[in-house]
Amino acid sequence: MLLDIYSFSTLTASINKDLHAAMTPWLAVATELVLIGLLFLTFYALLGLFLVYLERKVCAVMQNRIGPNRVGKWGVFQTIADLIKLVTKELIPIKNADSFLFNLAPFIVIIASFMAMAALPFAKGLQAIDFNIGIFYIIAVSSLGVVGILIAGWSSNSKYSLIGAMRSGAQVVSYELSVGLSLLAIVVLSGSMQLSTIVESQANGWWIFKGHIPALIAFVIYLIASTAEINRGPFDLAEAESELTAGFHTEYSGIKFAFFFLAEYINMFIVAAIAATLFFGGWMPFHIDHWEAFNRVMDYIPSIVWFFGKTFIIIYLIMWFKWTFPRLRIDQLLNLEWKYLLPLSLMNIVIVSFVVLMGWYF
Amino acid sequence: MSEEVTKNIIVRDDEDYIINMGPQHPSTHGVLRLEVCLNGETVKYVIPHIGYIHRAIEKMSESDTYKQIIHLTDRMDYLSAHMNNEAVCLAVENALEIEVPKRVQYIRVVLDELTRLASHHLWWSAFGMDLGALTAFFYGMRDREKILAIFEESFGSRLLHSFNTPGGLMHDVHPDFQKHTMEFVRYFRKKLPEYKQLLTDNVIFHNRTQGIGKMSRETAIAFGVTGPSGRGSGFACDVRKVAPYGLYKEIDFNEILYDEGDSFARYLVRMDEMEESLNILEQVTDNIPEGDYTAKMKSIVKLPEGEYFQRVETARGELGIYIVSDGKKFPYRIKFRSPNFSNLFVLNTLAKGGLIADLVAISGSLDLVIPDIDR
Repeated sequence: MLLDIYSFSTLTASINKDLHAAMTPWLAVATELVLIGLLFLTFYALLGLFLVYLERKVCAVMQNRIGPNRVGKWGVFQTIADLIKLVTKELIPIKNADSFLFNLAPFIVIIASFMAMAALPFAKGLQAIDFNIGIFYIIAVSSLGVVGILIAGWSSNSKYSLIGAMRSGAQVVSYELSVGLSLLAIVVLSGSMQLSTIVESQANGWWIFKGHIPALIAFVIYLIASTAEINRGPFDLAEAESELTAGFHTEYSGIKFAFFFLAEYINMFIVAAIAATLFFGGWMPFHIDHWEAFNRVMDYIPSIVWFFGKTFIIIYLIMWFKWTFPRLRIDQLLNLEWKYLLPLSLMNIVIVSFVVLMGWYF
Repeated sequence: MSEEVTKNIIVRDDEDYIINMGPQHPSTHGVLRLEVCLNGETVKYVIPHIGYIHRAIEKMSESDTYKQIIHLTDRMDYLSAHMNNEAVCLAVENALEIEVPKRVQYIRVVLDELTRLASHHLWWSAFGMDLGALTAFFYGMRDREKILAIFEESFGSRLLHSFNTPGGLMHDVHPDFQKHTMEFVRYFRKKLPEYKQLLTDNVIFHNRTQGIGKMSRETAIAFGVTGPSGRGSGFACDVRKVAPYGLYKEIDFNEILYDEGDSFARYLVRMDEMEESLNILEQVTDNIPEGDYTAKMKSIVKLPEGEYFQRVETARGELGIYIVSDGKKFPYRIKFRSPNFSNLFVLNTLAKGGLIADLVAISGSLDLVIPDIDR
């Protein structure tokens, strides 16, 4: 099949074979782990830098501006310059802060987002670990980040940080429910929690088309709830700068601040990647059942391009939200979740189960 | 005292959870410190602390001539610089009973309205930003820039132009002044619907402002809240209508009044005022007569002994200037009744019982300029 040309599994299998030929099995596995870890670290850092650059350019376009344009051509090295600044900046110790927790918090946040990445299928055969409970795992680890945010707010010994952290806690815990339930709709449709199986199940059409109404409702709920879960505008109450200056990371400086900053952008990538994988087929090209010629043409586009293309379109959508809408108030935010999104997503689960039972999907 | 005024009385407690908003805070729009007492997210009371940018303008005025005072008034409400200048000029002109040329009156009205538009642009931008709509900021700034370009062309400066002088203007306006003003009016008529799309019609924006910070007409009068903030509560306080000065007697325009008294009403007043300003500009700009740009004045202005009062409508409300003269070239005493000072102190009444986010929405809708409060 044409899809196999672009598969990364031949590459990874040959590396695996060579490593096993060269060393003892446990050493080979250890080497693989280190290699994958390094690969992810590099990818993580580069992606973070790129997303920050992208956001600045996207928001510039929306605001009639040019955006960064001094460092390198089109300002591409601007974020690298910023990174150097952040790394070399002084880490200001806070008086009466709980220094252990204060220093721990950024790591919890960044590790949570790092762990979620491991299970994402980036392309055909390019997935670090393919759990049979992949979706469950991603939801579980990505919600760990809020612990870091709460610790950051608590340990900073600052009232603004504390309010920001409490808001964030209330917000993330509530919206977690809608995120989980809307993803559950696709799990019901595809009958699996394993990400590779979910992607394979979309070979003859993406779930957003195949699952029609329930999938569409689930996608809209997911998009709203996940934007709220990653504390981005219009739900950026945890760091509402016009109210709380910077919310939970008010007291952080230098690289510790950069960790929060980076984690926020990576989280945006993760939620967009999950949306792309579950609703838009992940790395699966755009296929229409029985249109063989069309499907073959689509197959010529490598799977990695499909995955990142879809993900970045969703990222653009999330950025578009942020730069258009005013911020909600905390009570309105919780009302939206508990009074509208949660009942709707519960109802959607019933509808989608019914649709699956009756076989009303393509 | 009415119930709403007594509501303003603050009872402090040592156990209160206080946060300091400012003097360095993005949404206080300057060096204002708000002592905010919270119960969770709910505001128990707000105490404004002022004086961080006090420059003793009133005291300095006592050792300046009337022509020099004009340059100080710019620095009070810097967004209504022209109206502040005009207040001093009108006071002096009325005291000396000088008839300024028609051309000056026309140009002053055009500048008044352009300044009002520029000020409302900035308010709209900042209000959007207070509510988290960051893109609004750049839309407002984009249009404000056009007005500042007109100012720069004629006066050389963009913000604090000190273009008025007792008896008229410093010099004549640029030959292209009328043309560029009309170009701007046509341009901005097209751009105003964008403001509507971005904020006015936005559901989140409605939720954030409607019913928030309700101010009754009685409260507005009791606290002396004037300008668009007062008119949002149905308090007809537009000095251009109540006590017309300059050319305003002859111009046909509406005073915008809304009765709701919430942040959204205050917002709508300003949005409608922008439109009204465009109407005034259309009436006046093309009809500026030829003539002198100043009346004949002595080089050193001395007011006869006595007390003089003049009020004008700035972009934020009623600016009163009270001059006590002992017949010398310096005033004996000058007192400014600045609109922002009165508008600020209604904040506690409005914000009490709301959330922190509401406090920001309310202070944004009051459109405070801090240097005008401190002077």
